[in-house]
Amino acid sequence: MSGSLASGGVFSPGRIVAGPGFNRWMVPPAALCVHLCIGQAYAFSVFNLPMSKLLGISQSAPDDWKLTDLGWIFSIAIVVLGLSAAIGGRWVEEGGPRKAMFTAGLCWGGGFLVAALGVYMHNLWVIYLGYGVIGGIGLGLGYISPVSTLIKWFPDRPGMATGMAIMGFGGAAFIASPLSVWLMRQFSTPTHVGVAETFIVLGVVYFCFMMVGAAIVRLPAPGWLPAGYVPPTQSKKMITKNHVFVYDALKTPQFWLIWWVLCLNVTAGIGVLGQASAMSQEMFPGRVTASAAAGFVGLMSLFNMGGRFFWASVSDYIGRKNTYFVFFALGFLLYATVPHSGAAGSIALFVLCFCIIISMYGGGFATVPAYLRDMFGTRYVGAIHGMLLTAWSAAGVFGPVLVNYIRQYNVDHGVAKADAYNITMYVMAALLVVGFLCNLFITAVNERHHMVADESDAVGMAD
Amino acid sequence: MATQTATGTTPLHLILAWGFVGIPLAWGVIETVLNSLKLFQ
Repeated sequence: MSGSLASGGVFSPGRIVAGPGFNRWMVPPAALCVHLCIGQAYAFSVFNLPMSKLLGISQSAPDDWKLTDLGWIFSIAIVVLGLSAAIGGRWVEEGGPRKAMFTAGLCWGGGFLVAALGVYMHNLWVIYLGYGVIGGIGLGLGYISPVSTLIKWFPDRPGMATGMAIMGFGGAAFIASPLSVWLMRQFSTPTHVGVAETFIVLGVVYFCFMMVGAAIVRLPAPGWLPAGYVPPTQSKKMITKNHVFVYDALKTPQFWLIWWVLCLNVTAGIGVLGQASAMSQEMFPGRVTASAAAGFVGLMSLFNMGGRFFWASVSDYIGRKNTYFVFFALGFLLYATVPHSGAAGSIALFVLCFCIIISMYGGGFATVPAYLRDMFGTRYVGAIHGMLLTAWSAAGVFGPVLVNYIRQYNVDHGVAKADAYNITMYVMAALLVVGFLCNLFITAVNERHHMVADESDAVGMAD
Repeated sequence: MATQTATGTTPLHLILAWGFVGIPLAWGVIETVLNSLKLFQ
């Protein structure tokens, strides 16, 4: 009895199957409603300084939180993102996108409210629990919730479709950062910083925004195809027509090779993303001011967002494997060029190299769902994508650690600050060579991992 | 068994949906572009 409360009510996948006349271009905005909210995580650093002065207001008091302790809030959220996406992926896939988006909205908005309570109580552990753990669950579930839905709606352009949603995650900081600063300014007084109130407003606004996404999302009817689209009759070697069960995917070398492909691509990008401001000022001392460096970071963020849509769309034409070959080969050349740009004093070349590098960092995130779809089919692609996001969590640790420690090692051994990043760039280039080799070894999944027809039909009935 | 929702999509639905996400994103992008111009000053 589909549609009853017993079968999940308004949240059940059966209740959100689109009827005739539904336009599939309504689905990307639904996905963006979620990703534009959860991508706020990239802008969380705007709260770090104000939260280090909650007691002292104008400057940090002895009992105020240290920046190193505050840094853990974001780290916990990213780790929980990976874990919740991996653990909750199958639930998201089988429960449908509306239930997942609703739950993600509850966790994300609720996480902000709990964090606001932590600020009010001046208890950092409550903030770790609120934004880090509860919000992190919202991040993980929200990130993967629209992926397989978009792939089903856009079988002709799966890369472009998922690229649009994941572009929203990259662009969310553009909204969150100025909005948060503006809200804190509105709520601040000479004796109060206004962080708690800002968290409450953001939590409520993000919850409402995500509920709009949950309300308008729809699943295509079984067997639906876009008008004029004819599925290729000749099977392509690297695009399966079969499905692989979520946990069987873990038994394939393809999953782990793509895991390393994503991890290495992200490690290389995330390492320099966090250091871009300091790096530009130290490589061009006196020529790049702090204000110009902030502009450089903003420019990189634009390329990070644009690259998600651009590269994922390009992958629909040249294939996923070739797209990652471009990331690794071009990335290698660009990382190797950066030290020369510093030696030649060419700021333009330096900026150009990093903008393209960061576009490929974003592109790596956006192209991977379609890569997984090509390898493992559409049935469990969201859940498999969720498990793959542990590569992001790992890269979030590897990247900054590599950049920071290599730079510090060089500085401690007498290397000039302007030159200290050169070895880091060559290490990143070497990582990309490893990524290139991992991508090279990816072949079609062995058919013994494919779900048999009865299994596929059984799970299809649940849709 | 799935039940299909009976609503068709009108151009107004599309404009509202894309405007809802597009306007805040465009505002954020413009703010960032303006800040990025400091790099070239």
